[in-house]
Amino acid sequence: MTTESTTRVSPRGGPSTRTFAVIALLVCLALAGLASYYASGHPDGLNKVAADQGFAAKEKSSVAADSPLAGYSTEDVSNDRLSGGIAGVVGVTVVLLGAGGLAYVVRRRAAGSEN
Amino acid sequence: MHVPDGFINAPTSIATGVVAAGALAVALRKAGDELDEKTAPMAGLVAAFIFATQMLNFPVGAGTSGHLLGGALAAVLVGPWTAILCMSTVLLVQSLLFADGGLTALGTNVTLMGIITVAVGWGIVKIVTVVGPNSPKTVVAGAGLGALISVPAAAFAFVGLFEFGGTADIRLSTLMAAMVGWHVLIGVGEAVITALTVSSVLAVRPDLVYAARHLLSPRPLEIRTDPKPVTS
Repeated sequence: MTTESTTRVSPRGGPSTRTFAVIALLVCLALAGLASYYASGHPDGLNKVAADQGFAAKEKSSVAADSPLAGYSTEDVSNDRLSGGIAGVVGVTVVLLGAGGLAYVVRRRAAGSEN
Repeated sequence: MHVPDGFINAPTSIATGVVAAGALAVALRKAGDELDEKTAPMAGLVAAFIFATQMLNFPVGAGTSGHLLGGALAAVLVGPWTAILCMSTVLLVQSLLFADGGLTALGTNVTLMGIITVAVGWGIVKIVTVVGPNSPKTVVAGAGLGALISVPAAAFAFVGLFEFGGTADIRLSTLMAAMVGWHVLIGVGEAVITALTVSSVLAVRPDLVYAARHLLSPRPLEIRTDPKPVTS
Protein backbone atom coordinates (compact mmCIF):
# COMPACT_ATOMS: atom_id res chain seq x y z
CA MET A 1 0.00 0.00 0.00
CA THR A 2 2.99 2.31 0.42
CA THR A 3 4.42 1.88 -3.06
CA GLU A 4 4.98 5.15 -4.88
CA SER A 5 3.42 3.89 -8.08
CA THR A 6 -0.04 3.30 -6.59
CA THR A 7 -0.32 6.87 -5.40
CA ARG A 8 0.45 8.32 -8.81
CA VAL A 9 -0.88 5.91 -11.36
CA SER A 10 -4.08 3.94 -11.07
CA PRO A 11 -3.89 0.17 -11.49
CA ARG A 12 -5.76 0.47 -14.76
CA GLY A 13 -3.73 3.38 -16.03
CA GLY A 14 -6.41 5.99 -15.43
CA PRO A 15 -5.76 9.68 -14.84
CA SER A 16 -3.46 10.74 -12.01
CA THR A 17 -5.07 11.69 -8.71
CA ARG A 18 -4.32 15.34 -9.45
CA THR A 19 -5.94 15.22 -12.88
CA PHE A 20 -8.94 13.41 -11.43
CA ALA A 21 -9.30 16.02 -8.67
CA VAL A 22 -9.07 18.96 -11.09
CA ILE A 23 -11.69 17.47 -13.41
CA ALA A 24 -13.98 16.61 -10.47
CA LEU A 25 -13.68 20.17 -9.16
CA LEU A 26 -14.50 21.63 -12.58
CA VAL A 27 -17.58 19.39 -12.72
CA CYS A 28 -18.66 20.64 -9.27
CA LEU A 29 -18.16 24.29 -10.28
CA ALA A 30 -20.07 23.77 -13.53
CA LEU A 31 -22.98 22.07 -11.76
CA ALA A 32 -23.25 24.68 -8.99
CA GLY A 33 -22.26 27.70 -11.06
CA LEU A 34 -23.99 27.03 -14.38
CA ALA A 35 -26.37 24.06 -14.35
CA SER A 36 -28.10 25.17 -11.13
CA TYR A 37 -29.86 27.89 -13.14
CA TYR A 38 -31.90 25.18 -14.83
CA ALA A 39 -32.91 23.40 -11.60
CA SER A 40 -36.61 22.93 -10.87
CA GLY A 41 -38.05 25.80 -8.85
CA HIS A 42 -40.92 23.73 -7.47
CA PRO A 43 -41.06 23.09 -3.71
CA ASP A 44 -39.16 19.99 -2.61
CA GLY A 45 -40.86 16.95 -1.11
CA LEU A 46 -40.95 18.28 2.46
CA ASN A 47 -42.11 21.78 1.49
CA LYS A 48 -44.81 20.31 -0.75
CA VAL A 49 -46.11 18.09 2.07
CA ALA A 50 -45.97 21.01 4.52
CA ALA A 51 -48.07 23.11 2.14
CA ASP A 52 -50.55 20.31 1.41
CA GLN A 53 -50.96 19.36 5.07
CA GLY A 54 -51.20 22.95 6.24
CA PHE A 55 -48.13 23.32 8.41
CA ALA A 56 -45.98 25.36 6.02
CA ALA A 57 -46.83 28.50 8.03
CA LYS A 58 -45.03 27.01 11.03
CA GLU A 59 -41.76 27.75 9.27
CA LYS A 60 -39.77 30.47 10.98
CA SER A 61 -37.26 32.59 9.14
CA SER A 62 -33.71 31.42 9.78
CA VAL A 63 -31.40 33.79 11.65
CA ALA A 64 -29.14 33.31 8.64
CA ALA A 65 -31.81 34.81 6.36
CA ASP A 66 -29.83 38.07 6.19
CA SER A 67 -26.79 36.29 4.79
CA PRO A 68 -25.67 37.88 1.50
CA LEU A 69 -26.08 34.44 -0.10
CA ALA A 70 -29.41 33.48 1.51
CA GLY A 71 -31.60 31.38 -0.77
CA TYR A 72 -28.69 30.66 -3.15
CA SER A 73 -28.81 34.14 -4.63
CA THR A 74 -26.18 36.82 -4.24
CA GLU A 75 -27.22 40.11 -2.67
CA ASP A 76 -27.18 43.13 -4.98
CA VAL A 77 -26.62 41.00 -8.09
CA SER A 78 -29.73 41.41 -10.24
CA ASN A 79 -28.81 39.00 -13.03
CA ASP A 80 -30.34 35.67 -12.02
CA ARG A 81 -27.72 33.52 -13.73
CA LEU A 82 -24.87 35.46 -12.16
CA SER A 83 -26.53 35.73 -8.75
CA GLY A 84 -27.14 31.98 -8.46
CA GLY A 85 -23.85 31.14 -10.13
CA ILE A 86 -21.79 33.17 -7.66
CA ALA A 87 -23.65 31.56 -4.75
CA GLY A 88 -22.95 28.10 -6.18
CA VAL A 89 -19.25 28.74 -6.79
CA VAL A 90 -18.77 30.25 -3.32
CA GLY A 91 -20.62 27.30 -1.77
CA VAL A 92 -18.54 24.69 -3.61
CA THR A 93 -15.34 26.46 -2.55
CA VAL A 94 -16.32 26.77 1.12
CA VAL A 95 -17.54 23.15 1.31
CA LEU A 96 -14.43 21.85 -0.48
CA LEU A 97 -12.08 23.66 1.88
CA GLY A 98 -14.17 22.85 4.95
CA ALA A 99 -14.59 19.12 4.37
CA GLY A 100 -11.15 18.72 2.78
CA GLY A 101 -9.50 20.55 5.66
CA LEU A 102 -11.45 18.53 8.21
CA ALA A 103 -10.45 15.24 6.53
CA TYR A 104 -6.82 16.41 6.41
CA VAL A 105 -6.80 17.19 10.14
CA VAL A 106 -8.54 13.91 11.03
CA ARG A 107 -6.03 11.99 8.88
CA ARG A 108 -3.03 13.78 10.39
CA ARG A 109 -4.26 13.10 13.91
CA ALA A 110 -4.91 9.41 13.15
CA ALA A 111 -1.50 9.02 11.55
CA GLY A 112 0.11 10.72 14.54
CA SER A 113 -1.54 8.43 17.08
CA GLU A 114 -0.42 5.32 15.18
CA ASN A 115 3.25 6.15 15.65
CA MET B 1 -35.62 17.71 2.78
CA HIS B 2 -33.92 20.55 4.66
CA VAL B 3 -36.08 21.09 7.75
CA PRO B 4 -36.56 24.82 8.47
CA ASP B 5 -36.75 26.38 11.91
CA GLY B 6 -40.20 26.09 13.47
CA PHE B 7 -41.29 22.62 12.28
CA ILE B 8 -39.81 20.66 15.19
CA ASN B 9 -40.16 21.86 18.79
CA ALA B 10 -37.23 22.87 20.99
CA PRO B 11 -36.87 19.71 23.16
CA THR B 12 -36.87 17.43 20.11
CA SER B 13 -34.44 19.74 18.32
CA ILE B 14 -32.11 19.57 21.31
CA ALA B 15 -32.39 15.78 21.32
CA THR B 16 -31.51 15.52 17.62
CA GLY B 17 -28.68 17.98 18.26
CA VAL B 18 -27.29 15.64 20.91
CA VAL B 19 -27.62 12.65 18.56
CA ALA B 20 -25.87 14.55 15.77
CA ALA B 21 -23.07 15.75 18.06
CA GLY B 22 -22.54 12.24 19.40
CA ALA B 23 -22.37 10.72 15.92
CA LEU B 24 -19.96 13.45 14.81
CA ALA B 25 -17.69 12.78 17.79
CA VAL B 26 -17.52 9.08 16.85
CA ALA B 27 -17.08 9.91 13.15
CA LEU B 28 -14.16 12.24 13.92
CA ARG B 29 -12.36 9.34 15.60
CA LYS B 30 -13.29 6.58 13.15
CA ALA B 31 -12.84 8.52 9.90
CA GLY B 32 -9.07 8.46 10.44
CA ASP B 33 -9.06 4.73 9.62
CA GLU B 34 -10.83 5.35 6.31
CA LEU B 35 -8.62 8.19 5.13
CA ASP B 36 -5.14 8.00 3.67
CA GLU B 37 -2.97 10.54 1.83
CA LYS B 38 -4.90 9.89 -1.36
CA THR B 39 -8.47 9.81 -0.07
CA ALA B 40 -8.32 12.79 2.30
CA PRO B 41 -8.67 15.27 -0.60
CA MET B 42 -11.45 13.03 -1.97
CA ALA B 43 -13.52 13.89 1.10
CA GLY B 44 -13.43 17.57 0.12
CA LEU B 45 -14.38 16.78 -3.47
CA VAL B 46 -17.21 14.45 -2.45
CA ALA B 47 -18.66 17.11 -0.12
CA ALA B 48 -18.33 19.76 -2.86
CA PHE B 49 -20.02 17.44 -5.38
CA ILE B 50 -22.90 16.79 -3.00
CA PHE B 51 -23.31 20.50 -2.31
CA ALA B 52 -23.36 21.23 -6.06
CA THR B 53 -25.76 18.40 -6.85
CA GLN B 54 -28.10 19.41 -4.03
CA MET B 55 -28.63 22.69 -5.92
CA LEU B 56 -30.02 20.73 -8.87
CA ASN B 57 -33.63 20.11 -7.99
CA PHE B 58 -35.26 17.73 -10.46
CA PRO B 59 -39.04 17.60 -10.97
CA VAL B 60 -40.86 14.57 -9.57
CA GLY B 61 -44.32 15.53 -10.80
CA ALA B 62 -47.33 17.62 -9.70
CA GLY B 63 -45.38 20.78 -8.88
CA THR B 64 -42.89 19.01 -6.65
CA SER B 65 -39.14 18.62 -6.89
CA GLY B 66 -36.37 16.80 -5.13
CA HIS B 67 -32.61 16.75 -5.09
CA LEU B 68 -29.86 14.31 -4.26
CA LEU B 69 -29.28 13.90 -0.53
CA GLY B 70 -25.97 12.14 -1.12
CA GLY B 71 -25.46 10.13 2.06
CA ALA B 72 -25.28 6.78 0.26
CA LEU B 73 -23.04 8.24 -2.46
CA ALA B 74 -20.62 9.71 0.06
CA ALA B 75 -20.46 6.44 2.03
CA VAL B 76 -19.64 4.44 -1.10
CA LEU B 77 -16.93 6.88 -2.23
CA VAL B 78 -15.14 7.74 1.03
CA GLY B 79 -16.50 5.37 3.69
CA PRO B 80 -19.38 5.83 6.14
CA TRP B 81 -17.61 7.77 8.92
CA THR B 82 -15.99 10.21 6.52
CA ALA B 83 -19.37 10.48 4.78
CA ILE B 84 -20.95 11.72 8.01
CA LEU B 85 -18.27 14.44 8.19
CA CYS B 86 -18.85 15.37 4.53
CA MET B 87 -22.64 15.56 4.91
CA SER B 88 -22.39 17.58 8.14
CA THR B 89 -20.07 20.08 6.47
CA VAL B 90 -22.50 20.51 3.56
CA LEU B 91 -25.48 20.96 5.90
CA LEU B 92 -23.61 23.42 8.15
CA VAL B 93 -22.55 25.59 5.20
CA GLN B 94 -26.06 25.46 3.73
CA SER B 95 -27.70 26.60 6.96
CA LEU B 96 -25.15 29.33 7.78
CA LEU B 97 -24.43 30.82 4.35
CA PHE B 98 -27.55 30.02 2.34
CA ALA B 99 -30.27 29.89 5.03
CA ASP B 100 -31.19 26.45 3.64
CA GLY B 101 -32.36 24.43 6.63
CA GLY B 102 -32.83 26.14 9.97
CA LEU B 103 -30.05 26.71 12.50
CA THR B 104 -32.06 25.26 15.39
CA ALA B 105 -32.97 22.44 12.98
CA LEU B 106 -29.32 21.71 12.17
CA GLY B 107 -29.22 18.72 14.53
CA THR B 108 -32.39 17.39 12.92
CA ASN B 109 -31.01 17.86 9.43
CA VAL B 110 -27.66 16.27 10.28
CA THR B 111 -29.51 13.33 11.86
CA LEU B 112 -31.88 12.83 8.92
CA MET B 113 -29.65 13.63 5.95
CA GLY B 114 -26.16 13.20 7.39
CA ILE B 115 -26.52 10.09 9.54
CA ILE B 116 -29.64 8.09 8.59
CA THR B 117 -29.03 8.26 4.83
CA VAL B 118 -25.38 7.25 5.37
CA ALA B 119 -26.24 4.40 7.76
CA VAL B 120 -29.05 2.99 5.60
CA GLY B 121 -27.16 3.48 2.33
CA TRP B 122 -23.93 1.96 3.64
CA GLY B 123 -25.75 -0.95 5.31
CA ILE B 124 -27.41 -1.88 2.02
CA VAL B 125 -24.17 -1.47 0.05
CA LYS B 126 -22.40 -3.81 2.50
CA ILE B 127 -25.13 -6.43 2.23
CA VAL B 128 -25.17 -6.28 -1.57
CA THR B 129 -21.37 -6.45 -1.93
CA VAL B 130 -21.11 -9.36 0.52
CA VAL B 131 -23.96 -11.33 -1.05
CA GLY B 132 -23.37 -10.40 -4.70
CA PRO B 133 -20.54 -11.41 -7.03
CA ASN B 134 -17.12 -9.76 -6.66
CA SER B 135 -17.48 -7.20 -9.41
CA PRO B 136 -17.63 -3.43 -9.88
CA LYS B 137 -21.20 -3.89 -11.13
CA THR B 138 -22.19 -5.21 -7.72
CA VAL B 139 -20.83 -2.04 -6.10
CA VAL B 140 -22.84 0.12 -8.54
CA ALA B 141 -26.00 -1.92 -7.93
CA GLY B 142 -25.52 -1.73 -4.17
CA ALA B 143 -24.93 2.03 -4.35
CA GLY B 144 -28.09 2.53 -6.40
CA LEU B 145 -30.21 0.36 -4.13
CA GLY B 146 -28.77 1.97 -1.00
CA ALA B 147 -29.49 5.43 -2.42
CA LEU B 148 -33.04 4.42 -3.41
CA ILE B 149 -33.91 3.22 0.10
CA SER B 150 -32.00 5.92 1.99
CA VAL B 151 -34.31 8.75 0.91
CA PRO B 152 -37.67 7.28 2.04
CA ALA B 153 -35.84 6.06 5.18
CA ALA B 154 -34.94 9.68 6.01
CA ALA B 155 -38.54 10.75 5.23
CA PHE B 156 -39.81 7.99 7.52
CA ALA B 157 -37.55 9.26 10.30
CA PHE B 158 -38.78 12.82 9.77
CA VAL B 159 -42.37 11.65 10.24
CA GLY B 160 -41.33 9.93 13.46
CA LEU B 161 -39.73 13.14 14.73
CA PHE B 162 -42.73 15.19 13.66
CA GLU B 163 -45.17 12.93 15.47
CA PHE B 164 -43.04 13.23 18.56
CA GLY B 165 -42.08 16.88 18.44
CA GLY B 166 -43.81 18.49 15.47
CA THR B 167 -45.38 21.92 15.89
CA ALA B 168 -48.61 20.92 14.11
CA ASP B 169 -51.06 18.13 14.73
CA ILE B 170 -51.15 16.08 11.54
CA ARG B 171 -52.53 12.55 11.38
CA LEU B 172 -49.63 10.09 11.39
CA SER B 173 -50.96 7.97 8.52
CA THR B 174 -51.64 11.01 6.33
CA LEU B 175 -48.21 12.52 6.93
CA MET B 176 -46.48 9.16 6.48
CA ALA B 177 -48.20 8.44 3.16
CA ALA B 178 -47.40 11.91 1.82
CA MET B 179 -43.78 12.07 2.99
CA VAL B 180 -42.77 8.52 2.10
CA GLY B 181 -44.73 8.67 -1.17
CA TRP B 182 -42.93 11.74 -2.50
CA HIS B 183 -39.57 10.56 -1.21
CA VAL B 184 -39.81 7.19 -2.93
CA LEU B 185 -39.99 9.17 -6.19
CA ILE B 186 -37.08 11.38 -5.12
CA GLY B 187 -35.23 8.19 -4.14
CA VAL B 188 -35.43 7.01 -7.76
CA GLY B 189 -33.57 10.16 -8.83
CA GLU B 190 -31.13 9.63 -5.96
CA ALA B 191 -30.48 6.07 -7.18
CA VAL B 192 -29.85 7.18 -10.78
CA ILE B 193 -27.44 9.99 -9.82
CA THR B 194 -25.63 7.80 -7.29
CA ALA B 195 -25.23 4.83 -9.65
CA LEU B 196 -24.03 7.07 -12.52
CA THR B 197 -21.50 8.85 -10.31
CA VAL B 198 -20.15 5.65 -8.74
CA SER B 199 -19.84 3.88 -12.10
CA SER B 200 -18.07 6.93 -13.58
CA VAL B 201 -15.46 6.97 -10.82
CA LEU B 202 -15.11 3.17 -10.99
CA ALA B 203 -14.45 3.43 -14.74
CA VAL B 204 -11.49 5.81 -14.38
CA ARG B 205 -10.13 5.34 -10.85
CA PRO B 206 -11.61 2.28 -9.09
CA ASP B 207 -9.07 2.70 -6.30
CA LEU B 208 -10.83 5.93 -5.27
CA VAL B 209 -14.10 4.12 -4.47
CA TYR B 210 -14.04 3.07 -0.83
CA ALA B 211 -16.73 0.41 -1.27
CA ALA B 212 -14.73 -1.18 -4.12
CA ARG B 213 -11.44 -1.52 -2.23
CA HIS B 214 -11.98 -5.24 -1.71
CA LEU B 215 -11.84 -5.67 -5.48
CA LEU B 216 -8.34 -4.19 -5.68
CA SER B 217 -6.71 -5.56 -2.53
CA PRO B 218 -5.17 -8.74 -4.06
CA ARG B 219 -3.16 -6.70 -6.55
CA PRO B 220 0.05 -6.00 -4.60
CA LEU B 221 0.29 -9.72 -3.79
CA GLU B 222 0.40 -10.70 -7.46
CA ILE B 223 3.75 -9.01 -7.95
CA ARG B 224 5.47 -10.56 -4.96
CA THR B 225 4.24 -14.13 -5.36
CA ASP B 226 4.98 -14.36 -9.08
CA PRO B 227 7.81 -16.91 -9.31
CA LYS B 228 10.47 -15.91 -11.78
CA PRO B 229 10.91 -18.46 -14.55
CA VAL B 230 14.43 -19.88 -14.86
CA THR B 231 14.57 -19.31 -18.60
CA SER B 232 15.88 -15.91 -19.58
